[in-house]
Amino acid sequence: MSKPVKLRRFQAPIWDEPVIMEMGVPGRRGAHFPVAEDAVAEAVGGAAALVPAAMARPERPALPELSEPDILRHYLHLSQETLGMMGISLFGTCTMKYNPRVNERLAARPEMAQLHPKQDPSTLQGLLEGVHNFDLMLRELSGMDQFVFQAAGGADAAYTHTCITRAYHAARGELKQRDQIITSIQSHPCSPATANTAGFEVITLPLDEKGYPSLDALKAAVSDRTAALMINNPDDMGLYNPEIKEWVRIVHEAGGLCFYDHANFNGVMTKIRAAELGFDACMFMLHKTFGVPKGGGGPAVGAYGCSEKLKPYLPGPLVTLDNGRYALTDPGPHSIGKVREYYGNLQQVMKAYAWTRAMGLEGLSEAADISVLLNNYMEKELLKIRGVTRSHPDIDGWRLEMTRYSLEELYEDTGVTVADVQNRMVDFGIDAFWMAHEPWLVPHPFTPEAGEMWSLEDIDYWIAVLRQVSDEAYSNPEIVQTAPHNQAVQKVKVEPLEEPDHWAMTWRAWKRKRGVA
Amino acid sequence: MKEAVRRAHPFMPNSVDSIKQELLQELGIDSVEALFEQIPASHRVAGTFNFPPTLSAEVELNRHISTLLAKNQSCESHLSFLGGGCWQHYVPAVCQEIMSRSEFLTPVWGTPSSDHGRNQVWFEFNSQLGELIAADMVGMPVYSWGCATGHAIRMASRLTGRHKVLLPRILDPERRAVIANYCEPEEMPSHIAMVDIASDPATGALDLADLKKHLDESVAAVYLETPNYLGIIETQAEEIAAMARAAGAETIVGVDPLSLGILKAPGDYGADIIVGSTQPMGVPMSCGGGLGGFIASRDEPRYAHEYPTLMLSIADTAREGEVGFSMALMHQSSYGSREDGKDWTGNSTYLHAIAGAVYLSLLGPEGMRELGELIIQRAHYAAQRLNTVEGISVPRQQGFFKEFVVNFDGVGKSVAEINAALLERGIFGGIDLTETFPELGRSALYCVTELHTQTDIDHLANTLQEVCS
Repeated sequence: MSKPVKLRRFQAPIWDEPVIMEMGVPGRRGAHFPVAEDAVAEAVGGAAALVPAAMARPERPALPELSEPDILRHYLHLSQETLGMMGISLFGTCTMKYNPRVNERLAARPEMAQLHPKQDPSTLQGLLEGVHNFDLMLRELSGMDQFVFQAAGGADAAYTHTCITRAYHAARGELKQRDQIITSIQSHPCSPATANTAGFEVITLPLDEKGYPSLDALKAAVSDRTAALMINNPDDMGLYNPEIKEWVRIVHEAGGLCFYDHANFNGVMTKIRAAELGFDACMFMLHKTFGVPKGGGGPAVGAYGCSEKLKPYLPGPLVTLDNGRYALTDPGPHSIGKVREYYGNLQQVMKAYAWTRAMGLEGLSEAADISVLLNNYMEKELLKIRGVTRSHPDIDGWRLEMTRYSLEELYEDTGVTVADVQNRMVDFGIDAFWMAHEPWLVPHPFTPEAGEMWSLEDIDYWIAVLRQVSDEAYSNPEIVQTAPHNQAVQKVKVEPLEEPDHWAMTWRAWKRKRGVA
Repeated sequence: MKEAVRRAHPFMPNSVDSIKQELLQELGIDSVEALFEQIPASHRVAGTFNFPPTLSAEVELNRHISTLLAKNQSCESHLSFLGGGCWQHYVPAVCQEIMSRSEFLTPVWGTPSSDHGRNQVWFEFNSQLGELIAADMVGMPVYSWGCATGHAIRMASRLTGRHKVLLPRILDPERRAVIANYCEPEEMPSHIAMVDIASDPATGALDLADLKKHLDESVAAVYLETPNYLGIIETQAEEIAAMARAAGAETIVGVDPLSLGILKAPGDYGADIIVGSTQPMGVPMSCGGGLGGFIASRDEPRYAHEYPTLMLSIADTAREGEVGFSMALMHQSSYGSREDGKDWTGNSTYLHAIAGAVYLSLLGPEGMRELGELIIQRAHYAAQRLNTVEGISVPRQQGFFKEFVVNFDGVGKSVAEINAALLERGIFGGIDLTETFPELGRSALYCVTELHTQTDIDHLANTLQEVCS
């Protein structure tokens, strides 16, 4: 039973901060650059003469004109108008983590921040050593034989896999024939989306009553057209497919590759290894499971690991250790080339390496235990709240690190939607929860993920806030439906944004559409 | 041996035995192992893990990582002339200060109201970039310039129903390799053929006769860059865009945003889709980890409906006179429509947009001009200066922005040998073009920015003189 919790009197700062485009005074300056040295100017003349006339900019860009302190304060105000995980963020599927500040300090050092990717590898030995050592640690955790870090996010790693799938089958002369990728409706949208972008037809398997697709459905889907399976396990409802080894066997037998989207690794760290389950490749998100900051959406890293079989197809270069020297090695003629310029977000890889060293093997194992323990504790408490049910109520047993809930009952009883609840919870200093990926398999879904960084007190507070909002929904639904009330701005009117006359992605467009001078 | 005392881990508030016990009791189980019942025993890890020792003490971790990093040599410890799509520019301190604010650094998504400030910064970045490039529509950033170009080509292919793109022969090999993956191999049904357009060997400008030869009704897009990979400012951009338009093709223009304080905005010479790098705007290189890209266009529904990126719009709120920011057109993204969405999106480089917003507001119109002028003057000074070194020539003395080709054919040494000798003297020489652009002979691409003083440039020239003689 969660303990009694006193709700905070939260109020977000309201600065009514103008858009910077309407701030400033002509002539104000926020930064100076030196003028060219006399000898330089003497030798080459003025800049105007160096710009080809046809390409000279006739007018200055209409950027704001502010002084440096004004700019600092403007952006500090905006940071204060951002709850930004200063509350409690149980954003499911994203595995909210503590991002150690020592790693930020280290990554800001010039020996990391001021490196150019085309420097001679002899000048990058420390970085390459860190990257290689982290590769070795991920190999231990997955059983794979090589990792690359070029993919700039989880979806980019999924894309990497689709490119490798093309190269693998092309090398066998089967690419034209193998034009289908199989996934499940519970996979992350990036799996079907990247498969489609790579030119494959997507087969999406529905779930059966056990919460994952049936073996029969898989058997019916595989054929000599199967290029690959792209699957996550557990899914984001906390359900683990116990037949996954059989799945891999079936897809391999049909000649397809098996890719394990390890987005939901947090609850199974050190418990299972992708290669031991038979997978050819897997992906870890360093900005989720491995303690790298999310930055509100990157820079991120999708660490892609594969078995020996797929190594020749990896994007390059690979970081290798040859006779005590770290090198950037071309994977060879079968390589897919590049999914992004250069080697990846290596400053983030170094942060992940540092985080993993700080956690250690026992720390990872403990984090998995805590995240599963807390999730099941939360589930027990949340299901006591009026209007809350969980997905697949008939499936007994413990979930892993996430549970999918539904507020359908609450909605049916009160007319309050899941979005209303989300908007009301932020009034108590709770960061938005994750609902669910499209398509919603349960109505009014939400998916908190407790992880290991939040204290039991935080979790109890989160539960108490949801209980409070549920009580409000039944007693005074309007307060929930008109929320938020304690935030930097009120509810944004999103419906018109689908209309060309209303959307405005820049200040220029807004001025034009609103007739602002 | 001393027995290790179990200590709660500093990152995990529930790593306390009493709390774990309390939680187990709540669930009515003896061991956490019970919670993993869904995973069959045969799936559990068979062997052991070979892991390095734990460094949970920050003092130890700090020592370990900083000792590793100290093995690197950086563009701060050395004088660097490397560019080629990842550029060393000055990062103002305020950019770093704002980018490292916890509210921006650590979270993922919030609601438009609770993450209002962050959304506003993003909007301010897109708005300022829009002014710089003269475009009313700017998508949320993507992974890199190459990825932006790949997506833009696919947008053009969907818009025109055509499957060919014309690209300049002078193109960053890194970027080209990225684009190739977006265009799909021939076996795939939506393969886009990549056709190279030659450049005038004298000026480096796109060869319009060759463009004309290839530009027909099968072409989805003409892609051009200015400045291009070799630094050259494309003077015929308006004519190229007009030719593309006449053939029913889209014009995609790639730009270095820092050139736009002095160079014409692509939206003003006929670009339909504009792409480029976000890295120069307040983001350190981080060995390529600073890269980011953008996609922009005119604000027309036909373009809007082909963006794969998230689209952030300004909007009214429930309070009269108040504005907020929210995502528009979500249904066309992969989040909204899975494989039926436009390409895909996901975590990207959004933190860099925050640095970029600060950067552009710090510089303002006059800072952008000053920066552009300083760079173009110093780069030309460097070109002149290097051209005087015995055996070295800079074939194009004008018409470039911050990068230019230096030829070493008159030196009896390879570029690799010269760069090795420079490195011994504390200098990172320009990118070796010998293998990637063999037609240029033994050449290297040198990059000069606002960070290079006259003294630095003279030092390079003198050192090259010593190395090449």
